[in-house]
Amino acid sequence: MSLDAILIACVVAAVLALVVGGALGWAASRLPPATDRLVEHIEALLPQTQCAQCGYPGCRPYAEAIARGEVEIDRCPPGGDAPVRALAALFDREPRALDPAYGRPDQGALVAWIDEARCIGCARCLPVCPVDAIVGAPRHMHTVVAERCTGCELCLAPCPVDCIELRPVHSNRHRWHRAA
Amino acid sequence: MTELLLLALGASLVNNFVLTQFLGLCPFVGVSRRFEAAAGMALATLFVLTVASGLSFALWHWVLQPLGLEYLRTLVFILLIAGVVQFTELMVRATSPLLHQALGIFLPLITTNCAVLGVALLNVEGQHGLLESLVYGAGAGAGFGLALLLFAALRERLETCDVPAAFRGAPIALVTAGLMALAFMGFTGLGTR
Repeated sequence: MSLDAILIACVVAAVLALVVGGALGWAASRLPPATDRLVEHIEALLPQTQCAQCGYPGCRPYAEAIARGEVEIDRCPPGGDAPVRALAALFDREPRALDPAYGRPDQGALVAWIDEARCIGCARCLPVCPVDAIVGAPRHMHTVVAERCTGCELCLAPCPVDCIELRPVHSNRHRWHRAA
Repeated sequence: MTELLLLALGASLVNNFVLTQFLGLCPFVGVSRRFEAAAGMALATLFVLTVASGLSFALWHWVLQPLGLEYLRTLVFILLIAGVVQFTELMVRATSPLLHQALGIFLPLITTNCAVLGVALLNVEGQHGLLESLVYGAGAGAGFGLALLLFAALRERLETCDVPAAFRGAPIALVTAGLMALAFMGFTGLGTR
């Protein structure tokens, strides 16, 4: 084979690579990057309690982290099994149990319950509730609106008399989808 | 016209790329767990196969042959296919990020799907014209998609079946693929090609 033939072959391959690369670059600059839509899909599946138990400030940051592939999908305890299963279906992965490091191991949906005999009405649990499910005022005893409570456990820590505990959701006609 | 029809039929059914020629088995097993993902993969592969076979014909006919560079075809075709696949990935990511996630690594891996290079090389071998190349590519893509979709549907039904423990997962899938290949042998003799 002569030197010319080798030169021609190199030039052809190089020109082709340039053409393909140029076309791809042009296409990439014209098409919109659409990762945001993935984030929205993920966020729609999260329970929106903004409870931060996953280690991220809220549901949106967690959804963004999942979309970037940084974290597993098993860190969202408030929704019980449901969000993990929905996320696993979204990504075509095997469903997995909740990571026990980021909340209680799966035992069905729970809601907070205040022992009203022990409640001193300090109102410290009110501001931490992400869904405003605790009703009460200073020096009056508080109670939990079970319909709204997501079982995020954020009210347990601030209570000075430890009168709040989590109890399983009792299934009824209005809450059948929340029970285990 | 009959000629083209026979060519498409031959590429899609009689000489099905997956089940008769055993090309492109990696995505066939890898992306057949869920029907939706398989449908996306089938469409992406059909697109890549058709475009790549047309472009590779143009490259072969107007560049490689006049310059006497026939020996470069494997290298150049791979480069071309990689470009088309990358373009497809850009398009899928922009139009359907969910599908992009579901296909995952298998989307860029269409580059190494030997069915794509196989079609390009077989087009050269069979001395197909531009139209014939396109029809052959599309037929091969349709055959690949058909096999993939059938296989994915079967595997989804297998999920709910009481499979013996030793056969669960990959083994029963491979047995199923073997039975499908046997079934596709029934197309032998359809048409004259």
